[in-house]
Amino acid sequence: MSEQQTTGAANTVLGTGGLIFNEPLLWEKGKKGRMGMSVPQSDVPAATLDATLEGTEVDFPDLSEVDVVRHYTRLSQWNFGVDSGMYPLGSCTMKYNPKTNERQAATPAIALAHPMLEEGLSQGTLRLLYELQEFLATITGLDAVSLQPAAGAHGELTGMLIFHAYHEHKGHQRHKILIPDTAHGTNPASAALCGYKAVAVKSGPDGMLDPELVASLMDEDTAGIMLTNPNTLGLFEERVREIAEIVHAKGGLVYGDGANMNAVMGVMDAKKCGVDVLHLNLHKTFSTPHGGGGPGAGPVCVTKELEPFLPVPRAVRKGDSYQLEENLPLSVGRVHAFHGNFGVLVKAYSYILTMGAEGLKRASQLAVLNANYIKEQLKDVLHLPYDRPCMHECVFSDQNQQAEKISTLDMAKRLIDYGYHPPTIYFPLVVHGAMMIEPTESECKEDIDQFIATLRTIVQEAKEQPDLLHEAPQRTKVRRLDEVQAARCPCLVGLPSAEDK
Amino acid sequence: MRYLPHTPEDISDMLTVIGADSLDGLFASVPEACRMTSSWDLPQPQSEWQLNDHMRGLAADMAIGEDGKVLIGAGSYRHYIPETIRTLASRSEFLTAYTPYQPEMAQGTLQGIFEYQTLTARLLGVDVVNASMYDGASALAEALLMGLRIAKKKKKVAISKAIHPHYRGVVAAYLRPTSYEIIELELTADGRTDLSSLSKESDIAAVALQSPNFFGVIEELEQAATTIHDAGSLFVACFSEPLAYGLLKNPGDCGADIVCGEGQSFGIAPSFGGPGLGMFGCKTAYTRNLPGRLVGETKDLDGKRGYVLTLATREQHIRREKATSNICSNQGVCAMTAAMYMASLGGTGLRQLSRLNFDKSEYLKAQLLAAGASLVFAAPTFNEFVVRFPGDFSAKREKLLKQGIVAGLDLGDLYPELAGAYLFCVTETIDKATMDTIATEVAA
Repeated sequence: MSEQQTTGAANTVLGTGGLIFNEPLLWEKGKKGRMGMSVPQSDVPAATLDATLEGTEVDFPDLSEVDVVRHYTRLSQWNFGVDSGMYPLGSCTMKYNPKTNERQAATPAIALAHPMLEEGLSQGTLRLLYELQEFLATITGLDAVSLQPAAGAHGELTGMLIFHAYHEHKGHQRHKILIPDTAHGTNPASAALCGYKAVAVKSGPDGMLDPELVASLMDEDTAGIMLTNPNTLGLFEERVREIAEIVHAKGGLVYGDGANMNAVMGVMDAKKCGVDVLHLNLHKTFSTPHGGGGPGAGPVCVTKELEPFLPVPRAVRKGDSYQLEENLPLSVGRVHAFHGNFGVLVKAYSYILTMGAEGLKRASQLAVLNANYIKEQLKDVLHLPYDRPCMHECVFSDQNQQAEKISTLDMAKRLIDYGYHPPTIYFPLVVHGAMMIEPTESECKEDIDQFIATLRTIVQEAKEQPDLLHEAPQRTKVRRLDEVQAARCPCLVGLPSAEDK
Repeated sequence: MRYLPHTPEDISDMLTVIGADSLDGLFASVPEACRMTSSWDLPQPQSEWQLNDHMRGLAADMAIGEDGKVLIGAGSYRHYIPETIRTLASRSEFLTAYTPYQPEMAQGTLQGIFEYQTLTARLLGVDVVNASMYDGASALAEALLMGLRIAKKKKKVAISKAIHPHYRGVVAAYLRPTSYEIIELELTADGRTDLSSLSKESDIAAVALQSPNFFGVIEELEQAATTIHDAGSLFVACFSEPLAYGLLKNPGDCGADIVCGEGQSFGIAPSFGGPGLGMFGCKTAYTRNLPGRLVGETKDLDGKRGYVLTLATREQHIRREKATSNICSNQGVCAMTAAMYMASLGGTGLRQLSRLNFDKSEYLKAQLLAAGASLVFAAPTFNEFVVRFPGDFSAKREKLLKQGIVAGLDLGDLYPELAGAYLFCVTETIDKATMDTIATEVAA
């Protein structure tokens, strides 16, 4: 019997329904005249506003403090986060988000710091910016860092702006860029914003890029290449140096998408790989929470040669004081209103201080250990298209389940019934029906073993009770949702309050 | 290390299963020549308690703490944040979730963002709002790119000089690799944007104005909409202080086609400028040109109401290089926070708080004028305004600083012609006594 059948009428009353609350929308509750926060008493006389400028009162529901607290507490109970359980979402590095980092970012003098105050009044925050730049340069092996980009794709855009400014400075703008099919999905869109036409580079049968293919595509109208290393198959591009040499020989630059840095801290030196610009995702590798979509932070790290092109302002140290350098004539300019997602930077800085050099290297080792362990324990039941040692994630497909008409989506949805967030599905595109598993270093062996056992059970269910998978998930607030209908007749905002009643 | 759960025995068992001899052996595919060989010059790992001490040290290097009175806005506003919001926004079910790609596991985030889209649409007077952009500056850059996409063949955009200088900087950086041209619109003597040059220009895809603008001046948005539309351009209205629309006419009702700006004022700490919240909305006709994610309502297999990410064919992971933007991660939990703040205020509270900000800033304005200052721009303002002082104000400002009062922002670095003029901001966090202290110092 489904839950709805067993609960009967109780589940149709707004605000009730056992522990899976049927919480209404904000504007379906409340009553005019309530307030959920205190507004200070006025201690000044009322002023006159030109009547032609004054608007009507905004149609927000009036709610009490209790209304608001219950509403969001209930909403939160329909959500699953890293703190709820294993979240092996490939390419997303859903590692544990340390609680102390939240505390540090909330330190009053830091959380209240105003970005437009003069440098002399902001030495603490400027020092943090400067030190984090130095830490990230050390960790990547590159020379200089800008912390302004607010997310990974924003870092990519900044990188492409740097490519563009560099080629312009060299006196010859280029129009194309090489992007392998194993790169991250945002890469082509980021390059397109800078007017670069994406030229796809097919990966080889072993999942690796072939330098000869790159050589045949690279020319003097090509700005460079955007590489993801380890790539989205979870494999290290073994011939990255050769590829970089080919690109450099034609005057191009190498962009490294560092979204997968969690695999190779302390192992890979980006500069030695021939990378000129690399972005990091602090909300992946450096443990800051993803917030159900953001905010992230996507610093870019560059070689000495490209340092003059970094965004301004830059945090610098002059003797004992920290300053902002604004006048850098070759800079691409500003990519954020202020200093990027500073609160996120504080969390990443706290993580690095907590882990130290050895801890960070260990994290990468254990992330790779966990991924390889899962790969070995599942490859007899799930199809493994590239059977070789992986880095921090492994990619399976649904090929073995096709006979039972079970897709990757069905297996993913069934995992939800078992209390796991599914892996990334249908990405990378080079694997049909891909299931990309990234456990991260946070998961202990027992939990990994349980996850493996669960997936093996699901594979068994696929053979014996396929409807359990087709009908999954069953143990959630809602079942599979009609996404076609959502796109066909978009309902993107709720109705005005008056029409609700 | 408390974040790393593996015991030596676990590691050894797992290596055996894998068939590797050591942890280093897992990295055999990384060529020697690509390897990190230098030892890292990073500080020794710190315990939780050492980290607390370290951050206390950094906080102590900040001249203005929690008790400081900051009379600077300029795109980042110190408003009171109720404890409920801190508590609710830090719930880890929201905070430690990823983008809601599996909607059955993320109805909390999805309904929360749908509510954010709805409340923000009502606030701004637009039909559709997306799930957020990085900040007000990148939102403006994306709005202009969107305007250029809609207008297709037109190659120019016009932006007011009274838009936040940093926002204009970001627009310039975004547009620099393109062939699009940016025309800057000058100010009138009263601090509003001079649109008289528009009739002489053709080929302008979009015209952007900020209201209240960088000087706090309220633009005449309705007249601007007519002028801009008559010139055949789209009207992009931008803002850095959304609280203003609790009292003032909103840009959508005034005729703006795209409305975007910074939402930090709504329950988000200034945090040295980020994370904030790029708010972004438009008229229905332009929905499919929107950058960023959208949450939509739908039904599940049993007919139950639910929410999903929708219209993804605009986005980078589907449309690749033809996407409306490259944005992927946005400011999710900041959007949730802003929705919590809007819900906590309600329509009644928003009006009161907005009114209070207006009244207080008008009070300081009057006191400063009485003390001998002069207004640089005569047009009406909301919560910020620009004044000049007789003689050099910097020594007096220094004196006030010693009392923990940051008395305005010298505009000389941002607008050389306004050197010696100060931009003041007054929110509900500034009491009358503080304003009187400033006025007394000015008069002294």
